[in-house]
Amino acid sequence: MSVDLATVKRVAHLARIAVTDEEAAKMEGELNAILGFVEQLNEVDIDGVEPMTSITPMQMKKRQDVVTDGDKAADIVANAPLSDENFFLVPKVVE
Amino acid sequence: MTELTSLTIAEAREKLRSRDITSTELTDAYLAAIEAANDQLNAYVAVTPDIARKQAAASDERLARGEGGALEGIPLGIKDLFGTEGVHTQACSHILDGFQPRYESTVTANLFADGAVMLGKLNMDEFAMGSSNETSWYGPVTNPWRRKGDNKALVPGGSSGGSAASVAAHLCAGATATDTGGSIRQPAAFTGTVGIKPTYGRCSRWGVVAFASSLDQAGPITRDVRDAAIMLKSMASVDAKDTTSADIPVPDYEASIGQSIKGMKIGIPKEYRVEGMPQEIEDLWRQGVEWLRDAGAEIVDITLPHTKYALPAYYIVAPAEASSNLARYDGVRYGLREEGKNIIEMYEKTRAAGFGPEVKRRVMIGTYVLSAGYYDAYYLRAQKVRTLIKRDFETVFHDGVDAILTPATPSAAFGVADQDMAADPVKMYLNDIFTVTVNMAGLPGIAVPAGLDGQGLPLGLQLIGKPFDEETLFRTGHVIEQAAGRFTPEKWWS
Repeated sequence: MSVDLATVKRVAHLARIAVTDEEAAKMEGELNAILGFVEQLNEVDIDGVEPMTSITPMQMKKRQDVVTDGDKAADIVANAPLSDENFFLVPKVVE
Repeated sequence: MTELTSLTIAEAREKLRSRDITSTELTDAYLAAIEAANDQLNAYVAVTPDIARKQAAASDERLARGEGGALEGIPLGIKDLFGTEGVHTQACSHILDGFQPRYESTVTANLFADGAVMLGKLNMDEFAMGSSNETSWYGPVTNPWRRKGDNKALVPGGSSGGSAASVAAHLCAGATATDTGGSIRQPAAFTGTVGIKPTYGRCSRWGVVAFASSLDQAGPITRDVRDAAIMLKSMASVDAKDTTSADIPVPDYEASIGQSIKGMKIGIPKEYRVEGMPQEIEDLWRQGVEWLRDAGAEIVDITLPHTKYALPAYYIVAPAEASSNLARYDGVRYGLREEGKNIIEMYEKTRAAGFGPEVKRRVMIGTYVLSAGYYDAYYLRAQKVRTLIKRDFETVFHDGVDAILTPATPSAAFGVADQDMAADPVKMYLNDIFTVTVNMAGLPGIAVPAGLDGQGLPLGLQLIGKPFDEETLFRTGHVIEQAAGRFTPEKWWS
């Protein structure tokens, strides 16, 4: 399988990365080189093979559903480019 | 008296405990070495002298009272991927500009609890994506090794290039690193240092910037095998904050050093003899086999039939996980923000400006293989192939093999701005051909320097072990080290 320029632009939008026409054209070649490389996986017989979902044969650890942490609003917004009274600020999303 | 910065962790530990030296002296010696070398090597992206001197003074007080942890007063470098409270933590990406976490990663917290001193944050490929340290926002790291009679700058490997270079150049006693496809072992091999990627789940991933969560593991890069054992003991822990952290106590790895490998079964996988591999690597591998046989190990030929599919499967699984993990960099909560006329445009411009080309490529591949209609053909198939790769290893271990010996890399260090690799991303990816299988199967792997090539550059061998059997790797790695000796670059940089 390979991607065309329109697909590259669609994927870039899905990934929320702005691309110029020139960048998209360059990416088309690079992505196709990688997709060409992974094509060889089609040689492998995977009939009846379970996909790996956990690398170690262990039960996912569970914890009590209780509050163990909190009151850290100032810490959480400390690195935000824009915040006001412990709220993150974003461009208006609702008209 | 020998230069303080030439001491291994084990040697410095003895001198600190016997009060021959102080941590303050040792720390100052390293800070001076960094100051003199970093303009040329670019191994550190942030030096933290105030923190280092404060920690060293506290260590000296504890040592004076006859107290102190396993790494008391030992100056370390920390890869920029580890969250360090109030200190530069940017995964060497532009998108994390100015980020200083309000928390400490479990691994660094463990090191500090054992008395370690932090000299600063180390350069790396952006978000640990790369095999040459050239994708860093802060520019490439220069390998302290050069070819004989040649001044051309070589890469230290990646992604933990700053970690490997700083250890090789004696700009820290040891360094933390991480390995998703070979990012500890390949740079260790390129710089004549020791690097171990432990079993998945051995070191907590909590507070480490995520790349591919089912593959990422932290580990140390050090000057010798004993130091790697000392550092891993402190880095590893059982951590409730990481649900994939294994509930298995951390053994005393150092006790394995010097133990006999007599009767141990070492597997030699025929699939690692790849086309176009330099004769010197082939010879080195054969030499490694001889060393282990001379030490009493039994050598057996083994087959790992799905080896060649590990790298292509990796380039589906790792980008898929990365595209999901890196979705959090949106210009809202931390780091860089580029304004746009609406929120979507703000996201798109921020990510376009903040991510470098390699990161964009991988996020794009990941987004594509997970997108509607392609999931089964790519991601699901890759995860099934991954099961087969793991099964290959399980079969040979079940048949009695204790560890597997392979080359660490298909070549020695190459030049900065290599034209072939710049033109074809897949060429760069092939650096990880011998290391990536280990991540796909979640196994431990260690790279140990084993010799120099004809141009005077270090080459390494890799040992692969059973899950949570790092002890066998330290034991066997030490045998290789005893036979091969240790390798230090000539100091040309200050």
